[in-house]
Amino acid sequence: MNWITNYVRPRINSIFSRREVPENLWTKCDECGTMLFHRELTDNLNVCTTCGHHMSITPRARFEALFDAGIFSEISVPEPLTDPLHFRDQKKYPDRMKAAQKSTGEKEAMLVATGDIGRTPIVAAAQDFSFMGGSMGMYVGNAIIAAAEEAVKLQRPLILFSAAGGARMQEGILSLMQMPRTTVAVQMLKEAGLPYIVVLTHPTTGGVTASYAMLGDVHISEPNALICFAGPRVIEQTIREKLPEGFQRAEYLLDHGMLDRVTPRPNMRAELIGIVRMLLRLPPAVMGDLPAPAAETEVAGAPLTDTEMPKAPPATAPATKK
Amino acid sequence: MACLDVANLAVLHLDAQGAIYSANHAGETRMTNYLDFERPLAEIEGKAEELRAMARQNEEMDIEAEAVALDKKAADLLRDLYKGLTPWRKCQVARHPDRPHCKDYIEALFTEYTPLAGDRNFADDHAVMGGLARFNDQPVMVIGHEKGNDTKSRIERNFGMARPEGYRKAIRLMEMADKFGLPIITLVDTPGAYPGKGAEERGQSEAIARSTEKCLQVGVPLISVIIGEGGSGGAVAFATANRVAMLEHSVYSVISPEGCASILWKDSEKMREAAEALRLTAQDLKKLGVADRIIPEPMGGAHRGKETAIKAVGETIALMLAEINGQKPKKLVTDRRKKYLEMGSKGLAA
Repeated sequence: MNWITNYVRPRINSIFSRREVPENLWTKCDECGTMLFHRELTDNLNVCTTCGHHMSITPRARFEALFDAGIFSEISVPEPLTDPLHFRDQKKYPDRMKAAQKSTGEKEAMLVATGDIGRTPIVAAAQDFSFMGGSMGMYVGNAIIAAAEEAVKLQRPLILFSAAGGARMQEGILSLMQMPRTTVAVQMLKEAGLPYIVVLTHPTTGGVTASYAMLGDVHISEPNALICFAGPRVIEQTIREKLPEGFQRAEYLLDHGMLDRVTPRPNMRAELIGIVRMLLRLPPAVMGDLPAPAAETEVAGAPLTDTEMPKAPPATAPATKK
Repeated sequence: MACLDVANLAVLHLDAQGAIYSANHAGETRMTNYLDFERPLAEIEGKAEELRAMARQNEEMDIEAEAVALDKKAADLLRDLYKGLTPWRKCQVARHPDRPHCKDYIEALFTEYTPLAGDRNFADDHAVMGGLARFNDQPVMVIGHEKGNDTKSRIERNFGMARPEGYRKAIRLMEMADKFGLPIITLVDTPGAYPGKGAEERGQSEAIARSTEKCLQVGVPLISVIIGEGGSGGAVAFATANRVAMLEHSVYSVISPEGCASILWKDSEKMREAAEALRLTAQDLKKLGVADRIIPEPMGGAHRGKETAIKAVGETIALMLAEINGQKPKKLVTDRRKKYLEMGSKGLAA
């Protein structure tokens, strides 16, 4: 053991390893088991190219795909108190938070941003299931209120992507109080006459479903997403019988009248543009590469292709599962 | 000498949750339900009861002094037990089967109660009762969860767990109250919304969300009292109010301690720790600003002095109603929203 093996070689190795290929070049689809190359998977928005299974996608990746040319500006969310109840289970709540922040690289479970989709200015919020199960605590409540206030201020529609295991138990009753708080946020939008569109992604459960996720003007879901109040396991324990195939999945909810549409992720953007523009009584989204209006010069470099923009998006027919 | 044999004190059964002991005192038809931590109390009260029963059969026995001493011992023990109830014991008291329920409050505190039924869509949910009534002669709309008080009524009431129809009925009644300018009084006592197949199919989450939304929309005073268990979303849907009061030993929580324990501790037996961590007692919720008032209960819980408890609830409703009665609809709505938007910003220091 000498200086060279202990110090120099690791340093040299680390310099070279930095430009190494990403660790997970291949991802296995949970549904069909196909090995998917990372680039192919990212291009298809984490949807399996073989079976159409929707894997999770981070809010940031979703926004990059949603907004014109992937350009959006984040809205800052007022910081709530950290650990208001001094909650401790097997771990301390602040330790759980730090671990989640480290593993996701995000501050909390919701990202709020403004930007344009199909040259239509919107505010968007997306919940991050990888951050403590996307759970709704004070921060998520503040984020939704901030999103609604920004939308009202700028007179823009709000598109919200929900994904959560429910309320954040570590904030106790204060997480429960996010149900009325976020409901107030939705009311602000409704009173301002602004469209509020909810995209329910896998999974949306518990207090989240029973508040802002079920109060949209339009409810869209991704295929096979689990959407429920009480989870299937809890129900099976209560009624002591097996639940039917596909119970509480997006298509099941569509059949039972809780959703307007089930739309595969790759078609979501075009559909959202169509719906938002119709609700705002705007002309159909323009196809092709036209000069952007002066006020929106920052997104002028975002040419739109024909495929992204159907002339007349289907408004009522439910999308069929791929 | 009187025999202090407790063999006749039959501890009949330990119920499914292991929480309730039913003691059938010899020679008495009265059944008392004891919680597990009240077991020493059950023994003392049982002994006293037994002595008196023996004295009734045998006139020559003089046991009164001994019985009185036992009574005093029982009273002291009761005070000690209830002086510092742990959060988990509070949950047990809040769920006590003999605790006064919504129906008891409505019968005692309201006149001309006229139940209104049905959600006009699917069914009438018996877990939620509600209708027109007079409170101190003022016409109001009263809505609440009813758990039932014997096996038959508990099944009929679905143990106070509402289905979507229950929330939709509440929405309908709240709308009516709003239209005719009647204050709304809600009495909350539910383990939570019913986790069933049909309930999910008919949109449990949507119904709860709309009910919370309606609570925030109505331009009339909305007053809520948590009389027992405030179970999660099922409670919020009624308790999003201008004023919220909680009975001293009631609880209000995002999840049951058992549920929280099984998720975070991976062991549902850790409910004591979970109850502690969740801060679900009336005292903690007052600090957090979720409850505005705490209504004192008789020593040993509301079930040991139903009339006193019900009267105290009535007085508190009257006080809270007086604070906001007659305010303009817009102000009521704005204040209610503001209250919830600001909630939690100060944590336990509030």
